[in-house]
Parts: sequence; C-alpha cells; structure tokens
Amino acid sequence: MIFQPAIIALLLAAGLSLVMLAAASPFALQVLRHWDLGSGSERQLRLERMTYLFSMLVALVCGLQLLATLLFVFNADKMSVMFVGAMCAVGALNANEYGFPALYAQLVLFFVATSWLAVNRLDNSARDYPLIRVKYVLLLTYVPLAALVLWLQFNYFIRLEADVITSCCGSMFSEEADTVASEVSAMAPRDAMILFYAVMSAAILLAAWHWKSATRGIWSGLAVGASAIGAFFAGLMGVVAFVSLYIYEHPNHHCPFCILKPEYDYQGYALYVPLFTAAAAGLAAGVLTLFARRPSLAALAPRASARLAGIAALGFALFLAVASFMVLNSNLILLD
Amino acid sequence: MNRWIEKQRHLIDFTANSLARRKARSLGLLVVYTLLVFVLASVSLYTHALRNEATRVLAGTPEIVLQRLIAGRHDLIPPGYMDSVGRLRGVQKIEGRLWGYYYDSVMKANYTFMVPTDRTVADGEIIVGPALERSRGLAAGNGISFRSYSGELHTFIITEVLPHESELVSADLVLMSEADFRRFFTYPEGQYTDIALWVANPREVRNVGLKLMEKLPDSRPILREEVLRTYASIFDWREGMMLALLSAAILAFGIFAWEKAAGLSAEEKREIGILKAIGWETGDVIAMKFWEGLLISLLAFLLGYVAAYIHVFHGNFALLQPVLKGWAVLYPSFSLTPKIDGLQVATLFLFTVLPYTAATLVPIWSAATTDPDTVMRG
Repeated sequence: MIFQPAIIALLLAAGLSLVMLAAASPFALQVLRHWDLGSGSERQLRLERMTYLFSMLVALVCGLQLLATLLFVFNADKMSVMFVGAMCAVGALNANEYGFPALYAQLVLFFVATSWLAVNRLDNSARDYPLIRVKYVLLLTYVPLAALVLWLQFNYFIRLEADVITSCCGSMFSEEADTVASEVSAMAPRDAMILFYAVMSAAILLAAWHWKSATRGIWSGLAVGASAIGAFFAGLMGVVAFVSLYIYEHPNHHCPFCILKPEYDYQGYALYVPLFTAAAAGLAAGVLTLFARRPSLAALAPRASARLAGIAALGFALFLAVASFMVLNSNLILLD
Repeated sequence: MNRWIEKQRHLIDFTANSLARRKARSLGLLVVYTLLVFVLASVSLYTHALRNEATRVLAGTPEIVLQRLIAGRHDLIPPGYMDSVGRLRGVQKIEGRLWGYYYDSVMKANYTFMVPTDRTVADGEIIVGPALERSRGLAAGNGISFRSYSGELHTFIITEVLPHESELVSADLVLMSEADFRRFFTYPEGQYTDIALWVANPREVRNVGLKLMEKLPDSRPILREEVLRTYASIFDWREGMMLALLSAAILAFGIFAWEKAAGLSAEEKREIGILKAIGWETGDVIAMKFWEGLLISLLAFLLGYVAAYIHVFHGNFALLQPVLKGWAVLYPSFSLTPKIDGLQVATLFLFTVLPYTAATLVPIWSAATTDPDTVMRG
C-alpha cells in the first residue's frame, strides 16, 4: 500500500526531516565543541553565520512535523475503508503492530518540535546567543527521534495490506482480527468527569496565575509545564471516557478519532486544536523558565514564558468550554 | 505583538514590490510552479472524483452477489440452488439474475445483455444504454438485429433509451425480457447467472456471507464492501503510481527552484548589500526571502489548483485521461461531481511547497549572509 499519495507524502516528510537533521548534526557538534562568542576567530565567524542556516532548517523541520502529525491522523482515518472490520482510524492503526507506536512517536516529535521552536525564538530575541548550546543539544537528540519516526512509519505502511478481492479463487474472507477493534476502553464516566474537570481547572488556574503574576518564578513555570502535560492526558482521557459518548449520543462508543469525521461535523477539530495548542504552549512555557537565570535572558525568558502560559490558559479554557458545551448540548443522558 | 505584525506587513509590502520590479524572473518561476501544481492537482482531483463516483454507483447494488464455481470458474446457478439457500436471518430479498455478454462484430464491442428485475420488458422489445444509442445511431422506435451465438438472427424493437445520468453503469446495457434472453442465448430453463442478496444491517453482511459459504461450499459470495475497497485501492494505486512517476518532475522543479534562488543577479546582491548597510539584520533579509517564497508558493498553488479544477470538472480531464481512466470500446461519457478533499489538499501541499522550500533554503541563507561591504565594493 506504499503507493498511496498521502503515504508517499508522509514518508517524504519524515525522510526529508531526517536528512536535513542529519545534515545539521556535524555542525551541531562543531558548535558544541568550538562555540566561543568572545573569540573573533574565523571559525567563530563562520559558525555564527552558519547558525542562521541551521536554525532555519530545523524550524522548517519542526513546521513540517506539525503538518505531518495532522496528515498522519487524517490519513489513518481515510485508510480505514481498506480493512475488514476497521471503522475509523483506530482500526487502521491497529492493522499492524507499528500503527500506534508510529502515532505516539509522531506526537512526541510534535511536542519536541514546538518546544524547540519556542527555545529558538527566545534565543533569537537575545543579543548573545545564550541558548545556542541548548538548541544544538536538543537538535542532536532530535535526530534519533526523527529516525525512529521514519522507521516506524515505513514499517507501518509497508506492512499494510488492503483486504481486496483476490483474482479468481474465491473472495477473501480475511478473518476479522481481534486487534482491528474500533473501540477504546475507558474508565467510568463519573470518575472520569471528576478527574477531567479537576485537572483541567488546575491547569488553567496555574497557567493563568503564571501569566498574570508579577513574580513569575521558576517553580510556577515548571508547574505550568507539568500541569500542561497532565492536562493533555486528562483531556484525551476525558474525550475517550465521556465527551465522545455525548457527541455520538451512544453509551458505548468511545472512539477519539470518529469525532474527526464529517458524519459528526468535524467536531473533533474544535476539541483537539485548542488542546494541542494549549499543551504545546504550556510545555514550552515550562521549558523556557529553565533559562531565566541566564543574565541576558533574565527579563526575556519570564516574559516569553508568561505569554506562552497565557496561550495555554486560553487554549485549555477553550477546550473545556467546547467539551462542556458538547456535553450539555447532547441528547444523551449518562448520569442521573 | 502589534509591532511584530506591523513589521511583517512592511516586509510583505517590500517583497511584493521587489517581486513586481523583477517581473520576468518571477513570472518564469511562477509559471513552472503553477504547472507542477496543475498536473499534480489534476491527477488527485480526478482520482478522488472517480473514487466518489464508484462509491455512488455501488451504493444501489446488492450487498452480496453469490456466484457458483466449478473448477474455479464461474458457472450457472442450477434449478433448486436458490431454494437450498433457504431463509437466512437478516436477508431482506434474494433474487436470481440473468445477464451475459454479447460481442457485436459490427462495432467490435461487447454489450451487456440483462433481464431487469425491477421493471418488465415486453417480448421482442429492448431498452438500450446511451453509448449504444450513440455508436450505432439508434433511437426509440428503431429496430435492430443481433446474430445470436447459435447463428440465428433476432430482431428487436427499441422502446426506450436509458437516461444519460446513469451512463457510468448503463452505457453498454441492453435490457430484454426473460423469454427473449433465454431464447437468444439458448439459456437452459430454470438456470440463472448469479444470485443477488440484499442485507439490511451492514454488520450482518459478513455473517450472511460466511453462512452462505458454509451451506454452499461451491459458491463464492462477493460483498459490496469488498468491491468498493478494491476500487478504492485501484484508484489510489494508480494515483500513487502517477505521483511516483511525476516525482522526477518534482525533483526537476526542486533543482530549478534552487538554481533560480541561487543565481542572484548583481542587482539583487547590491540590493541586499544596501539593505544590510542601512541597518537590516540577517534575520530581516531571511524574513523577506521567506515572505517572497510564501507569496510565490501560495499564488502558484492557488492558480494551479483552480486551473486543475477547471481542467478536471469542466475540461473532462482531457490531458491525462487515458492514463487514469482505463479503456473500453464503448466507454461511458460521464461528468464528474466536483469534490475537494482536505487530505488531498494537504498532501498536494506537501508535494509541491515542501520541495520548493527545501530547495531554496541554502540559497536564501547565502544571500542573506552576504557582507554588504563585499557586494558594494564588487
């Protein structure tokens, strides 16, 4: 099934990302070893000049990963018609054992990419490249991750076999494998709701406090980062456990992917776009506060972190509002 | 935030002006870029429309068609076979179908002869599909003779031509009465070509299929969803092959974009030199070049996509049709329902904008880091 346009595009994106990052890594090593802003040597000038190129290159890779994440989920959903028993993306991703790992790796890459972009932006706003080493260490850790994503995606796609009619000797009744289930297990709605609202509200309050408070300490920034991760998982858990039920108006259909389908008016995007934006911003807010101790960033880092925390607070609040609206607007009665 | 937006606005303004000043150069790139998007978008729009058409056409067909096999070959359904299927839970309707192919040596084409189950045709009369009407110049009321496989000549009166809307499935169709059909093909009494089963609940279709295989081991049930899946993967595969072939073109375009971006004219170099001398930073020049790339990409993408849309849905996909459509003597002429799919636009975007961006990265950087001093002195 490798000859499908979206699959070729995804592999192209993953391959190109890896090639560009691999091309940048010798330079990253040079920077780590020889970077010395005080020196006026020719090598230092060359490094300073080259750093523009590689910042641009990694920024392109990160942007590409944001698009690829969207395309990957979109494509998995579209491919589900090809497999017996698959109703949506869950079925397509379950078609072999590489599907879900590929998705998870892609999501990790997404968050690493957004954090890198935030660090890069902060670094560019200061005069003396204070984060250049951090950036290139991050880049070096990014390379194996990109290779992993390419490897997982390639294995996933190359092993996909569409269940089509075979030429002459009887139609194919490929047994509906247990793995191609379209259901996701979930916790009880009442417990899930309590957890969901508690974690989300905590994350919103923390992020809003960090955004508006005058002190903007390192600890509150780190707390925003940690709570963003927690809220991201709580949000996904909430979607699976009860929000999806209210959208489908069906007490047992827990799928987090079907809400992206046109049958349900693409409501999933209204949930996932704020959730992912908020989680990425919150995580980056946490990462950026780590650098507040550097002299040239003493003012810049907390300000950037606070702005990101603001985005996170608004994003989570929007997500919570949309989810609550969907629950209230539904005809399903789950709790008495 | 506002200051940032203001700055980008001025940069865009500056870039658009500078593009307009170098019209010939920008136009060359734009034309090639648009052409690439046009070809790729035509392919993807067309296959997507074909896939939709197949889905639409198959929506009205029975959920299961049961064929009988002897030595792996399709054979007739003998009398009493349908009764042995008996009553199956979930099956709404079960029907024996009569159809076959007839080779017309005049047109050198195959027709599909069929006995309709949802309408009756009087003996001696036939209803024909639109392609037959066109190719043999027939109209309602005319008579036509076919020489049967036994050598006799049979004459029929055409009472009706099927509507053009259903041409995709009815182009080569000839509908006749059961008695005529059996007489014409000397078809054995009581036998059928295959059996159609309608199943109301989509989740039951596979179970019914399995039960049929159990009851009638010499049969082969074909499910509608399997047919759909097969069509979908054939069209996807064709599209993928086209794209793989066109990857050479994408690569060539990448090289072209690289060359274009790398070969800065002396004037452009001077311009960048002056900009830097009056206080632009490297980052600003990169931002300007980024906007330049984005403006060209978006413009080319829009133009190419709109042109492809017109080509596919109003120009019948004239340029690339033979590659993707397949081939037949009596090919149905049909118009496609326009449809745009988000996944396809995103895929197309990756195929065109990404190579361009990747190819222009290094040239942009080398232009932006030029020393004002060297440029202005040289």
